[in-house]
Amino acid sequence: MTSRPFPKTTEPVLQARDLGKSYGPRVALQSVSLRLHAGDMVALLGPNGAGKSTLVQLLSGLFVPDQGTIQILGHDMRTQAPRALAGLGVVFQQSALDADLSVQANLLFHTDLHGIARSVALQRIAKGLQQHGLETERNAPVKSLSGGNRRKVELVRALLHQPAFLLMDEATVGLDPASRKALVDSVYALTRSGTVAALWATHLVDEVEQADRVIVLNKGVILFEGTPAGLSERCGGISMERAFLQLCAQTGHGVPA
Amino acid sequence: MTQTPLLMHLARALRAVVGRELHKFLRQPSRLASSLVRPLLWFVVFSAGFHNVFGVAIIAPYETYVDYKEYMLPGLLGMIALFNGMQSSLSMVYDREMGVMRLLLTAPLPRGWLLGFKLAGSTALSLVQMLVFLAVAWAFGVDATWAWLAALPAMVLGATMLAALGLMLSVHIRQLENFAGTMNFVIFPMFFISTALYPLWKLRESGALWLYQLAQVNPFTAAVELIRYALQGQFNANAALTVAATAALSFAMALRGYDPQRGWVRHRA
Repeated sequence: MTSRPFPKTTEPVLQARDLGKSYGPRVALQSVSLRLHAGDMVALLGPNGAGKSTLVQLLSGLFVPDQGTIQILGHDMRTQAPRALAGLGVVFQQSALDADLSVQANLLFHTDLHGIARSVALQRIAKGLQQHGLETERNAPVKSLSGGNRRKVELVRALLHQPAFLLMDEATVGLDPASRKALVDSVYALTRSGTVAALWATHLVDEVEQADRVIVLNKGVILFEGTPAGLSERCGGISMERAFLQLCAQTGHGVPA
Repeated sequence: MTQTPLLMHLARALRAVVGRELHKFLRQPSRLASSLVRPLLWFVVFSAGFHNVFGVAIIAPYETYVDYKEYMLPGLLGMIALFNGMQSSLSMVYDREMGVMRLLLTAPLPRGWLLGFKLAGSTALSLVQMLVFLAVAWAFGVDATWAWLAALPAMVLGATMLAALGLMLSVHIRQLENFAGTMNFVIFPMFFISTALYPLWKLRESGALWLYQLAQVNPFTAAVELIRYALQGQFNANAALTVAATAALSFAMALRGYDPQRGWVRHRA
């Protein structure tokens, strides 16, 4: 998973423009724009109900925005969905592993869906599992794994087709602190290697203190976009967590749960 | 970027979806057993109780008086496909609740292909169970003929229609708990208001004209009659057309339901 299938380019890996989404009268997202380049680690910070999950659903093609466009590696999600999705890896908030199947069977299901030859898939699976210390779990049924290991398997899976854009949706929910740190560190290491751009959606500030950029989203609106230090400065140099809380409260959009 | 040729990609994705269905099925021997026990009970118990149900009537496509077991056989094959189609619908709902559906819907292939593979998986499972039941029927005294081989396409088409119906229903079943409703409102009416257990003239003769008319338009009747004619080495064009049209319509509605711009995933995923 160290070599990337896409040529290094100055073009953005993800370009989302003016996204809007409503559910009936409730506005979930309003004029949200994002741009990520290879190697970027961008945190999408927002309290529960901020619109993070809706944004993730749009970026992963599960929902279609009411307005705006999404391009992954220049491929439009609405008109060229298969090409756009080929460049996307996702770890959803809710586990998407088949608990009855083994780790390897789950991973092969994914590589087959992505059209990867079995011999190549097996090599990548072996390497991915080894990188995350899961080589002994290869044939274990997923239901026998701990929550932390399941998340690691999902990360391995999300990277098997060597995507340029990695989407992590509240990926550490339910994990103990050690597993949480391990997962966060893995993704930071990946982005620092320049092979992928990652968008990390979370409401836990400590997970994103080292991110290149932070986007604070609340009630479907971007309240802040800049560096983690910039977020603190904007609120008078207080801690990032307090700045996040203050920003949400100041704008009258509630505070994180 | 090295791209896999489309045909190769489709073949691998087909292996993934159908292989998973078969793998899960084979890991649950109780599922095969229960799918066979249900029609077997009808086959053994009902055929004993209703042995003389037809009196001296000769019913098309049969050219002579037939044993009730032989009459029931196509209906019970249809029953297997009907239950399996609905079970596949349940499996889609389960995948949705467990999150696996998201994986499928974010695969880099047009959604129509992925749903088509699901359809193929469900049809393959139905066919396996129907073939096993044919062997059971033979063991219980129904004469096997070469026409049974020629009936394979009819069985595939019937199973495809019922799998497509299941796929369409999965769009609307929100939770696993709703499956009981599917049993009561879909499976039982489709099965009982059809020619699976009794010929249509029996309904007309009993004066239940509205049941007679319902059974005539029931696509399950068409599936059963298609298989019945095929098992006798004959082709029922009307039934084939009805089954094919119902399959196409159901699949089109399922496609619409899973379209993020128009259907189910527009609201939930």
